[in-house]
Amino acid sequence: MRPHDGVTGLAPGAGTPGGEGGRRDFLKIALGAGALAWIAAVLYPVIAYLKPPRQAEVEVTSVKVGKLAAIEKDSGTIVRFGSKPVILIRSAAGDLRALSATCTHLDCTVQYRKDLGVIWCACHNGKYDLTGRNISGPPPRPLDEYRVIVQGDDVFVSRKT
Amino acid sequence: MNARWQRLYDWLDERVDIGELVRFMGKKYVPVHRHSVWYYFGGVTLFLFIIQVTTGILLLLYYKGSEQLAFESIQFIMSKVQFGWLVRSIHSWAANLFILSAVIHMFSVYFERAYRKPREITWLTGMLMLFLGLGFGFSGYLLPWNELAYFATKVGTDIAGVVPVVGKPLMLFLRGGDDVTGATLSRFFGFHVAVFPGLFTVLLVIHLLLVQRQGMSEPPGLERGTDRKTMPFFPNFMLRDVSLWLIVLNVLAILAVFFPWDLGRKADPFASAPAGIHPEWYFLFMFQSLKYIPSRVLVVDGEVLGIGLFGAAGLIWLLIPFWDRKTARGQKNRTISYIGIGVLLYVILFTILGWIS
Repeated sequence: MRPHDGVTGLAPGAGTPGGEGGRRDFLKIALGAGALAWIAAVLYPVIAYLKPPRQAEVEVTSVKVGKLAAIEKDSGTIVRFGSKPVILIRSAAGDLRALSATCTHLDCTVQYRKDLGVIWCACHNGKYDLTGRNISGPPPRPLDEYRVIVQGDDVFVSRKT
Repeated sequence: MNARWQRLYDWLDERVDIGELVRFMGKKYVPVHRHSVWYYFGGVTLFLFIIQVTTGILLLLYYKGSEQLAFESIQFIMSKVQFGWLVRSIHSWAANLFILSAVIHMFSVYFERAYRKPREITWLTGMLMLFLGLGFGFSGYLLPWNELAYFATKVGTDIAGVVPVVGKPLMLFLRGGDDVTGATLSRFFGFHVAVFPGLFTVLLVIHLLLVQRQGMSEPPGLERGTDRKTMPFFPNFMLRDVSLWLIVLNVLAILAVFFPWDLGRKADPFASAPAGIHPEWYFLFMFQSLKYIPSRVLVVDGEVLGIGLFGAAGLIWLLIPFWDRKTARGQKNRTISYIGIGVLLYVILFTILGWIS
């Protein structure tokens, strides 16, 4: 299309070849733009719909996990911390430690292996020591640590600040 | 850009011979006459089906098909998900327009005698798709698990139970037990999103292939004429089809925005049926007819008689191409028109009666 075609195309008496072309181009552009606008008007709601709405989650900072007496020595238990699992380890010596139970490799939930004395992930044989340090297998970094608070006989786990 | 497209085209053409398809499309013509407008309803019905598949898949992303969660999940869709209200309303509206458009398509085919040889299979697959469409409507109606849906399903499945011999097992099969419960919801959900779409797709493919293979039917009177006008299918007819589809989509959007579909109240098996309860409009004429039949006619149960009559009428209607011999021979058959007008008037009258009562 030559630059001046659009002008002649809209001018009265457009019967010349250039004018015809201009009018044709104008219609093509108008139709194309209309189609594009229309497709956008359909796609926008569909794409917005696909995005899952944020569910209101209660922000958890601390949870009570139970009585100290009920937690065996040399054991690991998974406890709920909001929507996330936390593993509470009590060593043979009796000290408590809380770590994120989500494996840093690919999101599986880890478990305590009494026989090996390590925290172990069944998915890809990742291993962490009891401080959460990744010692073997694919995990790229240590497990996040939580704070354990003992008040009287009650055990609480809270986010490390 | 053109050279690249050309290369892609050549690559495909070499392997699957697109050229033949293009030549076929180029040779395809649509008859032009004063009844041509009815040709568009098949395409509109197809478009509405596509809309249903699309919005149905979208709803599946958030819908939960269980007694405890179904109602709440639709509440969630309508209040929390962006444009969820729009998607759900469009699905409900398009379902109704689909039935309406399919019924118009059916009556136009009937009155134009397009079912006659060689298009008997097209008619049969079309009718089966319409029955499936009613099944889609009936099963989908239960999925929100609201009061209306619950009682409509109780009544609907109870009617199925009236049928002699097979009725009782059929009712148990449909309900997944003696009563309408969460088990019914699970089944209906499965029918609605898996069984029916699968069957429908097979029928649709046969139906469309036959339409392409045999071309559009012309009314018998015009077929004998000498100066027959036509229009190329591609692009002329197809562009008209697509513009009409755009209009239909806009109508749907307007309906969904200004008349959003109600969710009602959650079903409660221990609450009384609400006053004014009625089935979807496309079942109304049958529902209303059943009300007029006395509870016993001679030795036959009224319900059984009603269902028997509707069943027989449906079967006769389905098999028209096989008993309308006159049209098949190329003769005029006025009886067909009279029956068709009679049926049409009956359905319209009883739907209105059902609506106002």
